[in-house]
Amino acid sequence: MLRVTIDNITIEVEEGTTILNAARKIGGKIVPPAMCYYSKLKGSGGKCRTCLVKVATTSELDPRPLPKLVPSCSTLVQNGMHVQNITSEQVLQERKAIVEFLLINHPLDCPVCDQAGECDLQNLSYEHGLEETRYEEERREFAPVNFGEKIKLHMNRCILCYRCVYAAEQITNERVHGVLYRGDVAEISTFVENFIDNDFSGNIIDVCPVGALTDRTFRFKNRVWFTKAMDAHRDCEKCSGKVVLWMFGDEIYRITGRKDEYGEVEEFICNDCRFENKNVSDWIIEGLRKIKRSSVISQNHYEKLTKQSIIKPIEGKMEQQE
Amino acid sequence: MSNLTNKSNIVSNKKMSIWEKMYLPAVVKGMYITFSHLFKKKVTLQYPEQTKPFAEIYRGKHVLKRDDVGRERCTACGLCALACPAEAITMIAAEKKNGEEHLYREEKYAATYEINMLRCIFCGLCEEACPKEAIFLTKEIVPSNFERQDFIYGKDELVETMDNRIDISKRQSAEVLEFKKNKNFKHNK
Repeated sequence: MLRVTIDNITIEVEEGTTILNAARKIGGKIVPPAMCYYSKLKGSGGKCRTCLVKVATTSELDPRPLPKLVPSCSTLVQNGMHVQNITSEQVLQERKAIVEFLLINHPLDCPVCDQAGECDLQNLSYEHGLEETRYEEERREFAPVNFGEKIKLHMNRCILCYRCVYAAEQITNERVHGVLYRGDVAEISTFVENFIDNDFSGNIIDVCPVGALTDRTFRFKNRVWFTKAMDAHRDCEKCSGKVVLWMFGDEIYRITGRKDEYGEVEEFICNDCRFENKNVSDWIIEGLRKIKRSSVISQNHYEKLTKQSIIKPIEGKMEQQE
Repeated sequence: MSNLTNKSNIVSNKKMSIWEKMYLPAVVKGMYITFSHLFKKKVTLQYPEQTKPFAEIYRGKHVLKRDDVGRERCTACGLCALACPAEAITMIAAEKKNGEEHLYREEKYAATYEINMLRCIFCGLCEEACPKEAIFLTKEIVPSNFERQDFIYGKDELVETMDNRIDISKRQSAEVLEFKKNKNFKHNK
């Protein structure tokens, strides 16, 4: 076991853990944001640079600080390491600059984009970004492309995190898309618009942190904050069948996997569950999904509080005080 | 406890004197006030014939703006409906097809856009929430009607026509007008 201190909180983790995962073990505000790292996908991370942290002490044996900020998603923890995330002014300042860089080619068409309201980049720029843009040059532009019947690619919005490439490689048995070209002209593409047709291909929508890959069956149908999220499941031969239904009245508008607090799906779902079963009778509904109060999706959705639900969270604290 | 205003009278049960019991001075005093009003400026307005001047930024009936070339600005993002405290606004979005470039500004547009004028409280929050400068409140008044159904205004009543454009520049702040001068930005093209 290795001892690591992140923002003055010490924790013991196993050898081979990254700084980001150690921080996630602690939880709370000290977890660095990540746009490209996805814990369920091997090899992801190291591309977006939003998770940069400062290493003040490298290890017990070598107490010197690292010369530059390091990406926490791909830097391994060493014994006696001291990491600064939100306690370091330099980290916060660089993160602000990274957000500005990510937004250089991002079109800011949130009013049109279906991802608005549940977009990682939107949340990140709210928290760390500037209010206005300093960029006056032309942004790169691509025409929207269909990836088969169900998926739409807006290359304008892509931040080249490679998550969808890893998802297609690792959870489907054939990958037909990838990143073509390099640098400023790099783009996600299928060769000759070869469509993606696989039982699990729909998951590239869920792993996309921005609105580059969206569900064509939900395209412009509704805004996420007007829909109601319900946990539901069904018996499925291909996947766990555990999903979130996005409903409006009695109608199912969209089906996605269940995302945890870091925006990663808990279990990947198959295309049958995602696209084909849009009748309420196909599903066993478990109840309303808990959505963070700070999210726009919780707007105008009210919950009935019972006496128990108010008392329970504060019960433990009361005992501690006594 | 101190009074919030100095307009309230403290009521007491004290006995009136003979002078007060005669009431005559009080009657005369009241009549004096009444007659003095005959010679003051009238506050009533003969409404349909006379009208009061409206404030430049009066909040009346809504308008959905078009841009300089006549394309609808609204992109059905739903922020007005989200901001609306009375939940008066509903809309259904649709995708712009090839050949409709001269009709709609963005990739997505509002196929139907309805405001229930009975619900609307004319607070102007929709105008404030709009990222596309599409919806504005105008000096026009929403007329009375007999049927509830007639108060639900659709796009036919809200979208402005090109030969009868409504000037809303008075409603925009100096910063916004300054920003609009820069034609390099995509928003202003």
